[in-house]
Amino acid sequence: MTAPLDVSGSASEAHPESVLAGAGKAIQGRSLTRIAWMRLRRDKVALTGGAVVVLLILVSIFSSPIISAFGHPPLEFHQDAIDPNTLLPKGAFGGVGSEYLLGVEPINGRDIFSRIVAGAWVSLLIGFLATLVSVVIGTTLGVIAGYFGGWVDQVIGRLMDVFLAFPLLVFAIALAGVIPDHGFGLEGNGLRIAMLIFIIGFFSWPSIGRIVRGQTLSLREREFVDAARSLGARNGYILFREVLPNLMAPILVYATLLIPTNILFEAALSFLGVGINPPTPTWGGMLSEAVRFYTLPHFVLFPGLAIFITVLAFNLFGDGLRDAFDPRAH
Amino acid sequence: MTENEPLLSVHNMEKHFPVTKGLFKRQVGAVKAVDGISFEVYKGETLGLVGESGCGKSTTGRLVTRLLEPTAGKVFFEGQDISHMSQGHLRPLRRDMQMIFQDPYSSLNPRHTVGAIVGAPFRIQGVQTEHGVKKAVQDILERVGLNPEHYNRYPHEFSGGQRQRIGIARTLALKPKLIIADEPVSALDVSIQAQVVNLLEDLQKELDLTYVVIAHDLSVVRHISDRVAVMYLGKIVEIADRKQLYSSPMHPYTNALLSAVPVPDPRAGRGRERIRLTGDVPSPLNPPPACRFHTRCWKAQDICKKVEPPLEELAGGHRVACHFPENAPEPAKAAPAVPAQE
Ligand SMILES: Nc1ncnc2c1ncn2[C@@H]1O[C@H](COP(=O)(O)OP(=O)(O)O)[C@@H](O)[C@H]1O
Ligand code: SF4
Ligand SMILES: [Mg+2]
Repeated sequence: MTAPLDVSGSASEAHPESVLAGAGKAIQGRSLTRIAWMRLRRDKVALTGGAVVVLLILVSIFSSPIISAFGHPPLEFHQDAIDPNTLLPKGAFGGVGSEYLLGVEPINGRDIFSRIVAGAWVSLLIGFLATLVSVVIGTTLGVIAGYFGGWVDQVIGRLMDVFLAFPLLVFAIALAGVIPDHGFGLEGNGLRIAMLIFIIGFFSWPSIGRIVRGQTLSLREREFVDAARSLGARNGYILFREVLPNLMAPILVYATLLIPTNILFEAALSFLGVGINPPTPTWGGMLSEAVRFYTLPHFVLFPGLAIFITVLAFNLFGDGLRDAFDPRAH
Repeated sequence: MTENEPLLSVHNMEKHFPVTKGLFKRQVGAVKAVDGISFEVYKGETLGLVGESGCGKSTTGRLVTRLLEPTAGKVFFEGQDISHMSQGHLRPLRRDMQMIFQDPYSSLNPRHTVGAIVGAPFRIQGVQTEHGVKKAVQDILERVGLNPEHYNRYPHEFSGGQRQRIGIARTLALKPKLIIADEPVSALDVSIQAQVVNLLEDLQKELDLTYVVIAHDLSVVRHISDRVAVMYLGKIVEIADRKQLYSSPMHPYTNALLSAVPVPDPRAGRGRERIRLTGDVPSPLNPPPACRFHTRCWKAQDICKKVEPPLEELAGGHRVACHFPENAPEPAKAAPAVPAQE
């Protein structure tokens, strides 16, 4: 990705006097964040990814009106759309048409379009909140390890190794399989979603933790940290005012790239039947029902596409963010 | 100028960085970055601290400002022993003692505006300003030759020289007494170096500052220093008034450094043959015994490898650590007796 605005180097060094000519008003500087944003705005691929992400969020928020406008309630059976002899959808390509935009499910005839729209929020909610959990844990432990070093770093480093080596899927399956029906004031799928957010978030923090630790290690050696210390700044000031502002960009970038990973993880758990319980629609759950009907390509295709497009959109946007914040990374 | 009490006084200060190995961090050695140095800095003067890269200049600066804690020896600031003072007790003293850093690209936080950077000292130290922090910061920016309207700009929008001015402005905020400038112009274009050095000089006059200016060659500090100390591998090998040091350097190492300096007045350079230092600087992990310069010294004798030359005053205020000093006054010129076992 070409960088139209390079942050360093003589070419970009502003000549404030020329800017100042004829102006008496206060001069507003351009922060690195603003420069990154200007760079991002020229990255068509990243913008497309970002637009799709925004669209997905809007769809998951306004799923009810969208479904009532373009489909049927996601849990409603439609025996009229099913051939009573074969139990397969009537019509070509799984009944795709103006009545059922993406066709219907075999046997009970539920509207696939509505179920995909209704399933979006589970994927996004778990993707976002699980990422938030790992960002909070990963940033806290990563900053502490990188900043204080020594035995603190050793302990946290080993902890990261343990978590990275953990057979996460096996553990998640076991744990998700024994989630009770009630607990923490929640019940049913509400409780399952909360637990999944926690499990996925809790096990994916080391990837962010490692990045934050590495960045903190190098930031700690920068002279502006020494400058603050020689002014008498305490550790809290240095951490929050000097180090953390420089970590925001990498955290944002890697969080954006972690969201699709977590969405995939939820889909995998739901696919394996240990995620969200039916009949609540989820993309992973739909896929797992669909694989039994391999003669019906539409049934696999549409939830699969939903996952694929979502993951791709987040990745394209995240890559664009990374290029915008750090154009020299490649 | 040198009659009064020293503002800063350093006695046999050492800093050894442990070198560890293996899982259990067993110490296998130590980088003797600073290995027993003593000097004083008097109020209102500028001490130049010169030596090749890696000889321990920055470490000295960091020890004096207590960014590092000395392994041994003492540091006195205004008569107060700060060698092992806690950071909490040091905090109020830090107003009086500031540091200018070498790299103007690393010393300014890229996420902060100039206003936030130069105003940070007030916030960190909780200092009240008469007309608000913004006004105070803008006054300082003006004083170091920057446009006060650039308050809201970010460091990356400035050139190297302007950035170094921002760094200087930050050190001035709390009206310090002592400023340690660690190679303040090494990272700058030669054409800009003089401007920044001149700024430091002007500020010294206006604000009654005391400087320790660190440099890796003798040309930068020639113009600004009152006295100059020359360091080699963690030791001070010569310290003298500027005039004496440049006109009659005694230590062979100083002579070598000086012969590498372009002479402003060609007549003054006549008769001084050009000395080329051969060989690399030995590692501070395992410095040569006795006189550390003997591996590169053309005057080295057996005694130089066996007996460490003490830093002795050979003329008024002119101290040197060498068995065979150049330009020495008569009594000292006689070579010391070679030990009997030779
Ligand atoms: N924190 C540290 N840990 C280990 N070694 C260090 C550290 N800081 C400096 N050193 C070593 O101490 C020696 C002197 O370094 P320094 O004071 O930076 O030299 P100078 O500023 O004269 O170039 C060098 O060999 C350097 O590698
Ligand atoms: S003591 Fe010997 S080796 Fe060291 S500088 Fe003097 S003459 Fe050279
Ligand atoms: Mg240095």
